[in-house]
Amino acid sequence: MIPEIGQFALILAFVTAIYQFSVPMYGAWRGDSRLMAVAPPAAMLQFGLIALSFACLTMSYIASDFSVQNVFQNSHSDKPLIYKISGVWGNHEGSMLLWVMVLALFGSAVAAFGGNLPPSLKARVIAVQGSISVAFLSFILLTSNPFNRLDPAPIEGQGLNPILQDPALAIHPPLLYCGYVGLSIAFSFAVAALIEGKVDAAWARWVRPWTLAAWMFLTAGIMLGSWWAYYELGWGGWWFWDPVENASFMPWLIATALLHSAIVVEKRNALKVWTILLAILAFSLSLVGTFLVRSGVLTSVHAFAVDPARGVYVLGILCVFIGGALALYAWRAPTIKTGGLFAPISREGALVVNNLLLTAACAAVFIGTLYPLVLESITGDKISVGPPYFNLTFGPLILPLLLLVPLGPLMSWKRADMWAAAQRLWVAALIALVVGVAALAWQWRGPWLAPFGAALGAWLIAASVQEMVARTKFTSVPLNVAWARLKGLPGAAWGMMIAHAGVGVMVIGVVGITAWKQEIVTVMKPGEVMQVGSRSVTFLGESPISGPNYTADRGRFSISSGGVEVSEIWSEKRVFKPSNQPTTEVGIEPFIDGDLYVVLGDRAPDNARTIRFYFHPLVWMIWLGTALMFLGGCCSLFDRRYRVGAPKKAKTPIIQPAE
Amino acid sequence: MAMTRKQQRGALIGAGLGALGLAAGLVLYALSDTITFFYTPSDVVEKGVQPGTRFRLGGLVEDGSIIRGQGKTVSFKVTDTAGTLPVTYVGILPDLFREGQGVIAEGMLDAGGSFKADTVLAKHDENYMPREVADALKEKGMWKHGDGAAKEGTQ
Repeated sequence: MIPEIGQFALILAFVTAIYQFSVPMYGAWRGDSRLMAVAPPAAMLQFGLIALSFACLTMSYIASDFSVQNVFQNSHSDKPLIYKISGVWGNHEGSMLLWVMVLALFGSAVAAFGGNLPPSLKARVIAVQGSISVAFLSFILLTSNPFNRLDPAPIEGQGLNPILQDPALAIHPPLLYCGYVGLSIAFSFAVAALIEGKVDAAWARWVRPWTLAAWMFLTAGIMLGSWWAYYELGWGGWWFWDPVENASFMPWLIATALLHSAIVVEKRNALKVWTILLAILAFSLSLVGTFLVRSGVLTSVHAFAVDPARGVYVLGILCVFIGGALALYAWRAPTIKTGGLFAPISREGALVVNNLLLTAACAAVFIGTLYPLVLESITGDKISVGPPYFNLTFGPLILPLLLLVPLGPLMSWKRADMWAAAQRLWVAALIALVVGVAALAWQWRGPWLAPFGAALGAWLIAASVQEMVARTKFTSVPLNVAWARLKGLPGAAWGMMIAHAGVGVMVIGVVGITAWKQEIVTVMKPGEVMQVGSRSVTFLGESPISGPNYTADRGRFSISSGGVEVSEIWSEKRVFKPSNQPTTEVGIEPFIDGDLYVVLGDRAPDNARTIRFYFHPLVWMIWLGTALMFLGGCCSLFDRRYRVGAPKKAKTPIIQPAE
Repeated sequence: MAMTRKQQRGALIGAGLGALGLAAGLVLYALSDTITFFYTPSDVVEKGVQPGTRFRLGGLVEDGSIIRGQGKTVSFKVTDTAGTLPVTYVGILPDLFREGQGVIAEGMLDAGGSFKADTVLAKHDENYMPREVADALKEKGMWKHGDGAAKEGTQ
């Protein structure tokens, strides 16, 4: 019964989405306010129906209803509850359902909070959201129905891939989808603005927080995925330039550019046409990502099933939306009036450089990701494009950007003096130099780029702190005055400084793990000792373990530093019950100077094991840096101007106490 | 140095083209230099791949060919039935590496004609067959329909 309710709700949602798309769009064209007014309730109803459908699928998972094919294929009654729930989106059908649910959620958020939008813009934005829903709901109903039944119902399910049974992976897809799909709002606003033929500061003030929110979710989602790959896959890396990683990284790069260019539209009424293009591209790349991951042209843990019908369908959706939006852009963009003028050396100019380099870097990633697919379909040659390509292309494009980041905020709008801005950063430059020299002294054997990278990270952090100090005049006024100034800084200023410092922290972490990592592969008998970095590790031996749905051999290791034991860690070889699939759990002990990382390998004669050790210097800075970027986004999102500064209708008197 | 609208547009377009040119140059240079080709053991013979050229080798791990217990080194043979190539690898093999299963190894041939792998690609899943391997096996007529397709949908 429950699956049928879910199925029915999904069909109703599809019908509602058609209504949500067509009626307000027609109403906005005719200027009929009654027809436009149906948009918000339709958007909310659509979300309610999809949420109901999603709840039904989740209940089937919790109840282990194996008469539902999807539950049978992806769940098992022995699985812990959290993984029964996360199993809902651990497969193709369920994850697409989550995708449209998030889409509808964002649409209904515009409906709920969009009270101060011009009515025709609001109706059009919600209608465009509705059209995306129509496409993806029909995709689910026609090619990937999660509610298909099996008769007779099997007694036990096939289980979820054990490496997906992990807390980080349970929340990675929802976060990533919030990011991917959140960019649909920017897309809908861009398309609506093109239809209206009008872009102004109020438009940008709307688009920016939505983009920011989507960007934060993307950042968090990518970071969790990367962290998972780091501790679960046991390859000792955090980023592999895998096509699926790139699929999420490309929208992130464009969203980052969009965040910055929306500021120019908001503050200076310039770069409007370019910002619209970025908004279209950001969501288009989300769709490309969905296509790459869902179509099966790539095989990886993300490509759930290879089904050509689905691939073709998603490709069709892709062509309609990307092609349609770009055609509309080509047709309507010239009618949008361009705004404020600025000199090349100015805040606007700096943001243009940011945008150009980010977009160029994204293009390089795009080509590297798609080139193998294109080449194979043309010549039949099979190639792979790996990290060397990305290091050679992405690196040189992103390094100058990072170098220039601290200068941007010091430039004034319209026209700036670069030399004066640079002079204000001499303290940061000095700190960067010291850090670079120290890095060279500490790890002089590493690649020459490494000390430069460390200095670059320090430059970003120091410049952010220095900017904070300069803004509050910490050094020249009494402490309480400075403190009051610090508290009075706008959220956006805090956000920018924290996020930029976060980039610096992350750069240092990346340098640590790429340039200075130490790797040892060895064969050890119990009792033997291995020196890893400055610490020594003793293999204590192994013992059998049994978990809730697996059995394992657990190898234990004791770590000592300077002859004193500091901790004990373990690494396991697990075999999961339903599928007999083996997995490896790595042992990681975090220290302030880096992670000690142990992987238990195959058995060797005489009770010995092949064991792989890594020392990953400063890897925690990668996670800390991304967390700071996320936090910076939060600060910026809660800037007062998005709450009280947005243009309100005149009839509500807006004399609110400043909190 | 106030610019007119026209000059500003010109400058923006110029900067855009500059960035695009830089990116295009980097991409072309990198693509000519860093890509790795995928070959099956019989391709290696046909194309006369030279020792020292990096490539990806794909096929099935031949039954009974895995030799462990020589310290850290593991050796095995990769086959596409038409040809077989011995492979040596130092390190820990992926969890799902086993005989009769698809595998991709990256590395180069040594002077003796055996393949020294520095990476053996992990599969995430038991039912997963690297796409290149599946295609190559189909070409050689070794693909048993049902091996992969029957498991479709179980990720």
